[in-house]
Amino acid sequence: MIDSKVKSILFAGVGGQGILRASDIICMAMMEAGFDVKKSEVHGMAQRGGCVTSHVRYGTKVYSPLAESGSIETLVSFEKMEALRYLKFLTKDASIILNTEEIYPPAVNMGEATYPYDAICFLKNHYPNVIAFNAAELAQKAGNIKAANVVLLGALSNLMNVEKSVWESVIKKSFPKKLVKLNLDAFQMGIAA
Amino acid sequence: MKKELMSGNEAIARGVYEAGVRFAAAYPGTPSTEIMEEFAKYDDVYAEWAPNEKVAVEVAIGAALGGARALAVMKHVGVNVAADPIFTVSYTGIEGALVIISADDPSMHSSQNEQDNRNYAKFAKIPMLEPADPQEAKDYVSLAFQISEQFDTPVFLRSTTRVSHSKSVVTLSEPQMHEDKTTLKHNAGKYVMVPINARTRRVEVEKRQMALKKFAETFPENKMEINDPEVGIITAGMPYNYAKDVFPNYSYLKLGMIYPLPEKLIRHFASKVKKIYVVEELDPYLEEQIKAMGIPVTGKDIFPYTNEFDPGVIKNAINSDLQGAVSPYKESLAQRPPNLCPGCPHRGLFYALKKSKAYVHGDIGCYTLSYMKPLEGLHSCICMGASIGMAHGMSKALKEKGKGKVVGVIGDSTFLHSGITSLLNMAYNNSDALIIILDNSTTAMTGMQEHPGTGYTLMGKEAKKVNLNVLVSALGIQNIRVIDPNNLKETKNAINEELASSGPSVIIAQKPCALFKRANIKPQPPLKVDADKCEGCKSCLGLNCPPISWKEGVTKVGSKRKGISFIDETLCNGCGLCAQVCKFGAIS
Repeated sequence: MIDSKVKSILFAGVGGQGILRASDIICMAMMEAGFDVKKSEVHGMAQRGGCVTSHVRYGTKVYSPLAESGSIETLVSFEKMEALRYLKFLTKDASIILNTEEIYPPAVNMGEATYPYDAICFLKNHYPNVIAFNAAELAQKAGNIKAANVVLLGALSNLMNVEKSVWESVIKKSFPKKLVKLNLDAFQMGIAA
Repeated sequence: MKKELMSGNEAIARGVYEAGVRFAAAYPGTPSTEIMEEFAKYDDVYAEWAPNEKVAVEVAIGAALGGARALAVMKHVGVNVAADPIFTVSYTGIEGALVIISADDPSMHSSQNEQDNRNYAKFAKIPMLEPADPQEAKDYVSLAFQISEQFDTPVFLRSTTRVSHSKSVVTLSEPQMHEDKTTLKHNAGKYVMVPINARTRRVEVEKRQMALKKFAETFPENKMEINDPEVGIITAGMPYNYAKDVFPNYSYLKLGMIYPLPEKLIRHFASKVKKIYVVEELDPYLEEQIKAMGIPVTGKDIFPYTNEFDPGVIKNAINSDLQGAVSPYKESLAQRPPNLCPGCPHRGLFYALKKSKAYVHGDIGCYTLSYMKPLEGLHSCICMGASIGMAHGMSKALKEKGKGKVVGVIGDSTFLHSGITSLLNMAYNNSDALIIILDNSTTAMTGMQEHPGTGYTLMGKEAKKVNLNVLVSALGIQNIRVIDPNNLKETKNAINEELASSGPSVIIAQKPCALFKRANIKPQPPLKVDADKCEGCKSCLGLNCPPISWKEGVTKVGSKRKGISFIDETLCNGCGLCAQVCKFGAIS
């Protein structure tokens, strides 16, 4: 049974973390599960370490690929401090999946700004459902640190009412054959995280 | 029919193919680039990267005059470059068909301005379609070609970043059979725009305008949805989706064709609703024309002039008493600007150039990112190719005061795009400025597109590769040096010597982009900081290399250091620049 209300997921992180690939995979999964789906992001300078976000929206009929601020039910943050940057987009009871990896922006590297090391604590105090773990370490265990994006998708799949077979079929379509097993393992690690 | 998840750009490419079109030319530019990259993958097509947008449009015009259905693609500012032929092909019309895609960038995600290219339609008297999502983007391409053929006119298709780079479900259509209508047909009276002919064609343009206005009234993509009669929204393109998202029950007039406007239809819509909002990003383009019809509407009185919209912007503008969402996190967060990649050949060049204290005119490319702290490598950047002319002009105006102090930097692709004539000018008018061509063997910023200096075409065929050294020499420049920008000593010496010399000089800083796969750069082992030797002077941090960070609190007996530098091995590509910068031999 398809829920008619449009739901929104925000992916956030740093250029090069596989955010766009992850949001592509979830869109294909939602499409295969029978939803209308739209997503939007800005690329162009994404390879060069800047902030990257991707909005994914699904429902029976989606108009805007961008969600209104204050309306997103789920945030998947690929980096710890990036989660804090987009809180105004979230509903008050949003779920947050957080990769606890820390990537320092230039101003922090230069010693001109401080890094919000206490981000997890802050998020847990303000949001009811914060799932925080180091996705990069899990991806390394699965065989490649670059699969951290698929680990996070595994964790996200726990919050979504989509058959496991759909996820598996979409992951198989999304990667070259030799990388499929690694990514299925990474996905499973995310489910268990 | 088959459904696929597609970006607007992928959908446009599919639409071009479905329309039976097999000829396209473009210069890459965000957010338009993927249209050509995707189109080139289809069977039996001809697609080329031209050196710039003007050439791309001229190539497409030539093809169209030979009877082909031709496409030219560019970003919004590319239309400025191509404006000259565009304004006059509007007079001549075409034999085959000609569609020009302009991909605009409201919010300037990856651009130097956010000009609203809908104005070009009105200015050049060329019809314009504007799709609102990838499905429409695909479908409108074939409509654009039909209009071009029916009315003997070039047609604009306008996209924006959010249409080009959003993805949604697209239902594919069966591709039309490609019909070869190319033929050589002379018609000089129509195509030679000397005044006597141009005056005749000028009248034809106005006749065409009248016919197009009539056509717009019944164009099926100008759609009226009457729901709540209290409020009507007139809109086009992506803002339609934002408005529908927050006000699903209002009445809508969604315009698929935004030039010329369907005046009767707009009047009809106005008669059905009480209050009208015009929802459009950037300029009050629709609003001014609708107000000129004498129809009262609310537009830029409440909606912003700047930046792209989202559903919240529209909701908050219409319900001005609403409180916008706020973040519970109140501390300020460090910005995360895009940066030059680890191992980028531009890093060494700009590090060395900063030491010269020269005024550096920049250009469009990855190297524009060197503007930021701590490299602070550029002091101006206007548009593609501008660095050379600006460096020359400043040097001439300052005379003795500018001697040895004015530099222009330009990438290889940008130089071939629009730097050649200005360098010719520098030789001709005996400039004293120094130009540095940052030759990384590709068009890196937009994602490694081929150009006349790479030796390959868009279709992957080997091609004649321009020799920059020979080209620069042929333009009349005598002082030419080729250097490796990763060799800091060589780079500094070359810059200082060429700044000191009189007459125009060119340094070609040659090293392939660190991400360029074809360059086959052998990975070097990552470097490490020796914690015993590091004095915590932070010199290496001045390179702003992503792997290098600062660890506060690591002190050493007998040293004043307050911390040390640290290199993230997973990011470092071993280019060795930091080792050259370190005065204590702590990095190896």
